[in-house]
Amino acid sequence: MSNVIYFDNNATTQVAPEVLEAMLPFFKDMYGNASSMHSFGGQVGKHIAMAREQIANLLGALPDEILFTSCGTESDNTAVISAIETQPEKKHFITTRVEHSAMLAMGDYLEKKGYEVTYISVDSKGQLDLAELEAAIRPDTALVSTMFANNETGTIFPIAKIADIVKSKGVLFHVDAVQAVGKEIIDLQKLPIDFLALSGHKLHAPKGIGVLYIRRGTRFRPFLRGGHQERGRRAGTENAPYIIGLGKACELAGSNIIKERTEVARLRDMLEQGLVSKIDHAIINGDREHRLPNTTSIAFEAVEGEAILLMLDQFGICASSGSACTSGSLEPSHVLRAMGVPFNYAHGSIRFSLSRYSTEEEVKKVIEVTPKIIENLRAISPFRGKSF
Amino acid sequence: MWEYTDKVRDYFLNPRNAGDMPDANGIGEVGSLACGDALKLFLKINDKGIIEKASFQTFGCASAIASSSALTELIIGKSVDEASKITNKDIAAYLGGLPKEKMHCSVMGEEALEAAIRNYKGLAPLSHEEGGKLICKCFGVTDHQIIKAIRENNLQTVEEVTNFTKAGGACGTCLDAIAQILEVEKNAGLALHELKPVSKKPLSNIQKMQKIIQVIEEDVRPRLTQDGGDIELVDVVDNKVFVSLRGACSSCRASTVTLKDVVEATLKEHVDENLVVVQA
Repeated sequence: MSNVIYFDNNATTQVAPEVLEAMLPFFKDMYGNASSMHSFGGQVGKHIAMAREQIANLLGALPDEILFTSCGTESDNTAVISAIETQPEKKHFITTRVEHSAMLAMGDYLEKKGYEVTYISVDSKGQLDLAELEAAIRPDTALVSTMFANNETGTIFPIAKIADIVKSKGVLFHVDAVQAVGKEIIDLQKLPIDFLALSGHKLHAPKGIGVLYIRRGTRFRPFLRGGHQERGRRAGTENAPYIIGLGKACELAGSNIIKERTEVARLRDMLEQGLVSKIDHAIINGDREHRLPNTTSIAFEAVEGEAILLMLDQFGICASSGSACTSGSLEPSHVLRAMGVPFNYAHGSIRFSLSRYSTEEEVKKVIEVTPKIIENLRAISPFRGKSF
Repeated sequence: MWEYTDKVRDYFLNPRNAGDMPDANGIGEVGSLACGDALKLFLKINDKGIIEKASFQTFGCASAIASSSALTELIIGKSVDEASKITNKDIAAYLGGLPKEKMHCSVMGEEALEAAIRNYKGLAPLSHEEGGKLICKCFGVTDHQIIKAIRENNLQTVEEVTNFTKAGGACGTCLDAIAQILEVEKNAGLALHELKPVSKKPLSNIQKMQKIIQVIEEDVRPRLTQDGGDIELVDVVDNKVFVSLRGACSSCRASTVTLKDVVEATLKEHVDENLVVVQA
């Protein structure tokens, strides 16, 4: 596909050219097994150690607190399983209504195993009720797990405040930071978080690599059992090229984080303002005061999201939708429903998520074509003239 | 990403017959904003009962818009009787098929067509009581709609029912009720097979009468009441079955079709192939 305008970076990102470059030698000449006794394999181990340091540096963590996994979902699952297995007497788990399915599915799983699960609700901006969270914590709460930032709306939770509440009660705290790493400054020396999940392909590393941060001293049980890799905490031969790619991606993220927070945010604001000023009956979902710099979720009344996406696709514009029809489910996204976004808006919600590779020309193109698309779809809608 | 056929994409990107119709004499509206899709179908039917024009307004996904447009193309030029035989399967087939999760878009077309024809005939839209018992509260789907979709499309699982009718696709509290309907439908199918004559021995008049009553009660009536109609058995003389059509069927222009295609065919299949049905 030529001339693609890729505004779907919360789904996945392009691999940075520098990342690919860093990975290639480990597919070619340096294919040894890091666990081998010979120096041919052993040299790979040194590069893995370097990558671990690069990742630790981005997060303000120690290298031995970094556990490599295959993806964000594995990291989330591992944190939950470890927390319940190390505290078998505790039978309560707290998460939120707007989590990624990697966490909601763990909630279902624990409920089937006889656990009690509390889902904290959110307000119309997608923000947590901290008093509700505090009141929900019990002596038998095994783990509290929340996102750092929401994938659909970009709303950022007050992680430091949540961490204070959870840790003051002596409960384990896991953060799904898959959308936030590389966009928000995260310093784990200051944030008392026990587990944190990140995913490579959301920050310009390839798909198939993730990290679970485990604070030193936190009791841990492995999810994958087998060899001694990752000091026995995650068996399976190290995925050296991907680990090294993720290391490079984290180094790049560190040096680009100011750009993400200024230049990418400027383009996002330009896009958002351009669309909302040109299209009537459009609202912005989420918390505009506390939001990822690259994300905007805009709801267009009385049009359906999938139809908008397929029309945008005609122009090579990639975005995503919180509408029912795109997911195969029949209801709008659980996030928008939890926020109480009215149905007539929720069905027409479109998420644009930019990256440091996005350009002003691309933003202008989207502002140019989208109003006409919405107008055309509203023109054939039976609700035209009823709601507006 | 959905795997839409080229025809679905074409009918979505270049919808035929989109827009309202000020001189329509049959209008059918189904769905709602809350449901995520809605279709308003406009018909212009001439005094010979031919659909001269059809147009639509649709809120919904690509397959909903394409299904609506395909429906208008299917019915233009047809008589009302011919058009009333069009089902969701015809709409899906016209488009070269729909993803299974999107079949409800074609069902929406069929329902809008029914509603528009009712409107043309001066009949009020089906109230919930006439339309059956509300099963899915989220999407407003009744047991009659579910049974119809099961029969017309030979649905076997709850998931298929959701794909075709949307029932059970939201909160999921009605999934058990859908499973029960499927069970009843399966058993009804079995019962009808058992009704088939086992021996070639001619039935006595009493046996024949009993069997006719059973088939009308268990098979024919449920199908007619689903469309707002009803039937009463008046008498049986030799091989002539005298019946009286009631409710929507009595005023329906397709009643002779119903008599022959539904009542007589069913009785012939399950009781005696020499039976003739006569309007009393």
